[in-house]
Amino acid sequence: MFYLDPKKLRDQPVDEEPELSQSSASAVNWPERFRQLAETAVDPRLKAYYAAGVPSGDTPLAEVPLLAMDVETTGLNARKDGIVSIGLIPMTLQRISCARAGHWVVRPRTSLKEESIVIHGITHSQVQQAPDLDQLLEALLQAMQGSVAVVHYRGIERPFLDAALRTRIGEGLEFPVIDTMELEARVHRQKPPGWLDRLLGRQPVSIRLADSRSRYGLPRYRPHHALTDALACAELLQAQIAHRYSPETLLERVWS
Amino acid sequence: MEVEVTEVLDFLQQHPPFSELPLEVLQEVASQIEVGYFRAGTRILEFGQPIDALHLIRSGSVEVYRRSGELYNRLSEGGFFGEFGLLRQGRVRFPVSALEDTLVYFIPEAIFLHLFEAHESFADAVEVEDRTRLRQAVARREDANELLTARVDTLISREPVTLDQQASVHEAAVLMTQQGVSCLLITDQDRSLPVGIITDKDLRMRVLAAGLDVQAPVQQIMTPEPVTIQHSQLVFEAMLLMLRSNLHHLPVVRKGQLLGVIALSDIIRYESQNSLFVVGSIFRQNSVEELQALVPDVRASFLRMVNEDANSRMIGTAMAVIGRSFKQRLLELAEAELGPPPIPYCFLALGSMAREEQTLVTDQDNALVLHDSFDPQRHDAYFSQLAEFVCQGLAACGYTLCKGDIMATNSRWRQPLRVWQQYFSDWIDKPTPETLLNSSIFFDLDGVWGQLQWADQLNDLILRKARQRPRFLACMARNALNRTPPLGFFKDFVMEKDGRQNNSINTKRRGTAPVADLIRVHALAVGSSARNSFERLEDIIQAGILPSGRGQDLRDALELISMVRIRHQALALREGQEPDNNVAPEQLSDFERKNLKDAFQILSHAQKYLKFRYPL
Repeated sequence: MFYLDPKKLRDQPVDEEPELSQSSASAVNWPERFRQLAETAVDPRLKAYYAAGVPSGDTPLAEVPLLAMDVETTGLNARKDGIVSIGLIPMTLQRISCARAGHWVVRPRTSLKEESIVIHGITHSQVQQAPDLDQLLEALLQAMQGSVAVVHYRGIERPFLDAALRTRIGEGLEFPVIDTMELEARVHRQKPPGWLDRLLGRQPVSIRLADSRSRYGLPRYRPHHALTDALACAELLQAQIAHRYSPETLLERVWS
Repeated sequence: MEVEVTEVLDFLQQHPPFSELPLEVLQEVASQIEVGYFRAGTRILEFGQPIDALHLIRSGSVEVYRRSGELYNRLSEGGFFGEFGLLRQGRVRFPVSALEDTLVYFIPEAIFLHLFEAHESFADAVEVEDRTRLRQAVARREDANELLTARVDTLISREPVTLDQQASVHEAAVLMTQQGVSCLLITDQDRSLPVGIITDKDLRMRVLAAGLDVQAPVQQIMTPEPVTIQHSQLVFEAMLLMLRSNLHHLPVVRKGQLLGVIALSDIIRYESQNSLFVVGSIFRQNSVEELQALVPDVRASFLRMVNEDANSRMIGTAMAVIGRSFKQRLLELAEAELGPPPIPYCFLALGSMAREEQTLVTDQDNALVLHDSFDPQRHDAYFSQLAEFVCQGLAACGYTLCKGDIMATNSRWRQPLRVWQQYFSDWIDKPTPETLLNSSIFFDLDGVWGQLQWADQLNDLILRKARQRPRFLACMARNALNRTPPLGFFKDFVMEKDGRQNNSINTKRRGTAPVADLIRVHALAVGSSARNSFERLEDIIQAGILPSGRGQDLRDALELISMVRIRHQALALREGQEPDNNVAPEQLSDFERKNLKDAFQILSHAQKYLKFRYPL
């Protein structure tokens, strides 16, 4: 998870989030989309990934294999900035499994900016010794295969992986995500602040990862480590489903 | 690929029993953990469901129940549950619900079992049997203490030096000088055991000071029939014997034969600067003010015993002997001031002092037994003044006046022997709520001064009558249930059985006192003449009235609660505060909390059994 500089932006406003490549979230028929992509994909790794398919939208959440994900990046712009680390942790609604967790540091093809080093703590020398994402692609896609990704703020993982693959193999990557920030926004950003809120200078409820977690009684973790953030996101999803949805909730209600 | 999640590892490193495991082991554990979230109010474990992991609370809190639905425990961050089920057939034994929103780390069964097998400290901490864990905690302390395990014969460094009783005082002095000893055992050809003992002090006081002819037979200056100790007894017991009888030398006997002598100085090697010195100095003070000046010494010797890992039995006895000595010296001083008593009397110590279970925080419970010729008109002025002198003197020395007015200053408790006999008979025959309370205090009685045989007579009466009155025992048993232990601890609170939470626990009222109360009922039932709760328990166990193992459990529970109470007082002393009995959970280590909870549980079971054993 790349955290925005508080000096630049007080909170992450959902209505300003970058548009996703897929138009309307719920409109995508993911199993169908995967079948098409399995046909058209050229890279064998990518082809195998799509061919494994995804659960259909009418699957109850309790039965969906999930994969909490987080990437640390050199900046916020998927076209200009690159990925420096990836954290993955497989989960279900019942349990999050550390035993199958993954964490990689990767060498971005763009330069590492000092300001991002401050945030995620991954340094030039670590990055220099790290492999290129291309070398890890098979392992990454295998880990993702058959699962639905869980992220906090869908504007990072999906566009960055898509861009990274385009740069490396000339093909992008599409996959469904459950966005825990968007699930929070459904509760706390249902309507824009009214005149009274503006008059009184009321701040909207923060839907950042740490603040969202604290509302569910989840512990405070040190941020900006891809694996810790993935775990934090995984726990948040379990909490959100326990409080606001149910294990029977259908996947199509929460993915995009 | 095996990666470790830093947050998980950090958490394990901060919470016992995991924190005591080596880093490599923790890394392995952290990499295998699973995580799950439970909303407040949801069931985490159902009774009888299969269980595949130890549950460790990462955040939030839970309630653990018995199968009956009764609250068993509350646990918060760092607490764990499910070990019972894992170690027994893999089924949940205690259902658990989330009290707050709770994040749980699941430690897979295989990892848990491996930790349990390979790491003793871990196994101890999660041991399923409450009583086993407590036993280990108490035993570890016992092992650490040499005084408790060393036998008297290990202190004997030479053959005893003896002299026939017909020899002269001069010969005795020569022998003592040649042999370099401070005492001689005096023998008689016809007997294998010594008939007397003489010490340096006797030569000074009974020969030189008295101007006795040095050719006189030693028989004339010896202390006849010396108190002896068996060779297999513990150094600790020798110390108690010396304290009680104010002796400096003890002949040691094996199979009816004299083995040697141990001196006070031999024991002092084991317990440097001990309470014996305090006792000695009490008898050298000549006023209440001077006695009062000894209070810091008493406290220092209490602290030393705690520091030297003495057990509650040793500390309780030492403090009782000190208290007893204060009383004796005050009575000597009172008689010196008021003149000799008009009729014989016996001064009684009651309650914890009589049971030799004293700590620093104690109030005085005492009474006066007077000769049956007592005539209030002629005699009571004297005894009223005597009582006033002693009780006020004790108050000055740190023994708070009894709030319930159970003191010799109260005319009701300053009565001739026949009245006392009547009191006790009535209390046993026709118990009322008030007299039951009296019985629980007065029936732990010890003669301190004067006609000690009257105290024995009163004890005999209690012993004889009480066991024949099932109704009295049943009433005493009910009375012993008035004070109950709490359930355990939760966060920084003491948790009650009904779920209420308090900030602190009175370790006497909720711990040691109810244990002593219930032991007293059993002791009366089996006709035990012992007064100390540990000794009474021995008799109760011997009598076989408790289910097997329960006596030992109760002993461990009493020892543990007593030591928490004692250590708490020692801590207050060290920090320059007034010691008390109220312990706040944040002052307890994790280990102490666990053990205390186990001890409370044992007490609670023992109370239930008491009700069943003595039905109304």
